[in-house]
Amino acid sequence: MSTSDLVWSDQATVPAKIEHALRKLVTECHAANHHCVPARTLNLVCIVDREWSGEIANRLRRVGRFHASRTVVCAVEQGRTTIDAQATVATEEDLHAGGFSVMRELVIVHVGEHHLRDLDTIVDPLVVTDLRTVVWSPHGHPEAVDALTTGRAGGAPIAQVVLLDAFDEPDPAMALAREGALAERGEVVDLAWLRCTPWRERLASAYDPPTRRPELATLSKISVRYHTDSLVSGLLLVGWLCAQLGWRPEELTRHGQLLRGRARARRGEVELRLEPVEGMRVPGLSGVETRSDLGTVLALERGEGGLTARRVERSGEEQVWTVLGASRGEPGILGEGIRQALLRDLPFKPALAAARRMLG
Amino acid sequence: MSPTETPSAENPLVDGLERLPVHPTVLVIFGATGDLARRKLLPALYNLAHEGGLPERFSLVGNARSEMTDEEFRQQATDSVREFSRRPPDEKVLAKLVGDIRYVSGSFDGEHVYEQLATALTELDAAAGQPLNRCFYLSTAPTFFPVIIDELGKHDLAQSEEAEVRVVIEKPFGRSLEEARDLNARVLSVFSEQQVFRIDHYLGKETVQNVLALRFANNMFEPLWNRNFIDHVQITASEDIGIGSRAGYYESAGALRDLVQNHMLQLLSLLCMEPPVAFEADPVRDEKVKVLRAIKAPTVVEVPDMAVRAQYGPGISAGQEVAGYLEEPGVPKGSTTETYAALRLEVRNWRWAGVPMYLRTGKRLARKVTEIAVTLKPVPHLAFQSEASAPIKPNVLVLTVQPNEGVSLSIGAKIPGTRMAIRTVNMEFSYGTAFLSESPEAYERLITDAMRGDATLFTRNDEVEAQWRLIDPIIKAWEQMPGPLPQYPAGSQGPTDAQELLTGDARWRMI
Repeated sequence: MSTSDLVWSDQATVPAKIEHALRKLVTECHAANHHCVPARTLNLVCIVDREWSGEIANRLRRVGRFHASRTVVCAVEQGRTTIDAQATVATEEDLHAGGFSVMRELVIVHVGEHHLRDLDTIVDPLVVTDLRTVVWSPHGHPEAVDALTTGRAGGAPIAQVVLLDAFDEPDPAMALAREGALAERGEVVDLAWLRCTPWRERLASAYDPPTRRPELATLSKISVRYHTDSLVSGLLLVGWLCAQLGWRPEELTRHGQLLRGRARARRGEVELRLEPVEGMRVPGLSGVETRSDLGTVLALERGEGGLTARRVERSGEEQVWTVLGASRGEPGILGEGIRQALLRDLPFKPALAAARRMLG
Repeated sequence: MSPTETPSAENPLVDGLERLPVHPTVLVIFGATGDLARRKLLPALYNLAHEGGLPERFSLVGNARSEMTDEEFRQQATDSVREFSRRPPDEKVLAKLVGDIRYVSGSFDGEHVYEQLATALTELDAAAGQPLNRCFYLSTAPTFFPVIIDELGKHDLAQSEEAEVRVVIEKPFGRSLEEARDLNARVLSVFSEQQVFRIDHYLGKETVQNVLALRFANNMFEPLWNRNFIDHVQITASEDIGIGSRAGYYESAGALRDLVQNHMLQLLSLLCMEPPVAFEADPVRDEKVKVLRAIKAPTVVEVPDMAVRAQYGPGISAGQEVAGYLEEPGVPKGSTTETYAALRLEVRNWRWAGVPMYLRTGKRLARKVTEIAVTLKPVPHLAFQSEASAPIKPNVLVLTVQPNEGVSLSIGAKIPGTRMAIRTVNMEFSYGTAFLSESPEAYERLITDAMRGDATLFTRNDEVEAQWRLIDPIIKAWEQMPGPLPQYPAGSQGPTDAQELLTGDARWRMI
């Protein structure tokens, strides 16, 4: 796909000038070629340390079609007191079917650390009004996230959704607590949660045939294996099961690398086990196993071309098959995170609450 | 109550999932080496597999007359996916998908085909350790539909004690009302209506479904959606290409059967239906059928006043000289098959009485477009008339189904300047600019729905008969009229005669 760009830049500038320039670029772009039209889907505000901004730009480039229609990158530099900005409107030169080409609008704003607490006053004019705005701050800067997700003087916040990845957080308990706080005032999309989605879909699917549904009430043990840095994914998956099935989880206890605990179900207790797997090359889960009082086992493992499923019936008969599905890869997960910002994910908050309970 | 619908516990794990589960299924494609299977069905199945959209346990059995081994058919399926999938395939997923495909060769009336099929299905159930739902997809020439249906019944494959059995039937569903009734009777003597999924792939298109979203999820349109505010409706399905190498098929169909009887009447039904009580199969289809029943079928004598047909002649298309229909390879000399059809219909009910509904379709027209244009009545008095104003046109709401999927509303706006001069401008919404997701192919959605047993986007028996009831008299009248047919130049807007269908100040929109 070839692209052509219109670019504007200014130093020691102000948001109103940036917004004016953006509007002009969009108009010029459309006037030069009527096939070029602005996309109006989602604003993404990305707060990054300037020295790592290239890496983040690369990650965003790889998300493919799930790019936000306007991206505002706030590149944070220590000691900076003025704002520099560059605005780019890029268009694909290859027309879509039907004869139009969508604009991609990118604003890079260089700010200092002291700007972060009031970042909303800088970002507000730069986002498209009435579109959802998602904020992603992969290098920390919680004060900037707070500024964008807390309405000023009782008004509505700039950003309605926070995109984050608990995989990046060293302390799972703190990561979940922070997510809980953010989830109270807006929506949270955690990439660690999205890494569980295929597992959730497959578990739901496995127990959906009417003959299988009664087994849900007999589950007695859940085991989850995860990448050493993906405990939050494991907790959220178990938390989801607890929340959906009405189990009340207790605080887990550590036995070496293994986390163990119980959840109270209506008809008894369910044993919970979360175990890290060394040497896993990608973040997320490695396997999930459910056991029931009836003696049945369902195990899902990462495999070639999808998940390898194994089912042991009460009779001891064993079935192994592949549940088809392509790996989304990490760029795909980030793209999915951006797309999820447009949707409502109702099971997340109850799963998060249950996951937090398991960490005490 | 069907076998698997016995009262059972709920599955709370599905709550809030974006993708709902599809129960373990074996899909049997009759006509598995045909064009539709290669270009659409197999790529659609791959894309579902890629996205994790196939059932947890899924098997595919292909059947066609060509003699070939399982392995040869797997290779053919692999090649089809590589050539026609909307995304480059992940080779691991593709290998797993095709790895277990089975192939049963033999003609559709061959006893041994169904015996082998029954054996294969039993083996697949045994391998899965559970009875798999069965979905028979009839992707064959329509003459084979009744044969296959009868054979499935005869071989006890249409019902199962332990699993759901469904049959998907491609279009065309008959060539006349009588044939449609006969086929329905044959189908319903073997299957119950709940098991039957008659495909009209237009209903699987996102933008067609968006007609309902636009009407029933937006309060601004519904108050205007009636005879008091709407002057007329134009539904256009034009193609810029000719018939290519499909003379055989096209000669037996023509524009009226190919597009009007199914796709265009579906669009009209969706546009005119009353709000359903729920977005579920029967409430939606009940309302669509009411619309079709409210349209008066013409008598043979009335047809010349409400329908126009024509054939494309030689002309210029996309800068190239192109042949007329009668010169296309395979078209018999003196053919009277229409490549263009235009109709004026009226929905005779409280909401729509007196509003003309114009439908037109044709090949080798100026451009490829499928759209619904709803023209509102003009304002009763215009205070802004001035010499500087362009002639002010009534508002037109255009729902474009393809290729530039979206919605456009023309409105009058002040021209910048010192005078109060008005010009018509467009408010545009384009699907491609407003959503991050890529629309799935219609067949991906429809195959999933059929496997899930959701018939909302499929045509019911009474619906298909109601469609034929309207089209049959036109076909009969045209059959009685001698040729040759009027011609329109290839690459043009169509025959000038079509203008005579329009009443009042209406003009056909530029294609």
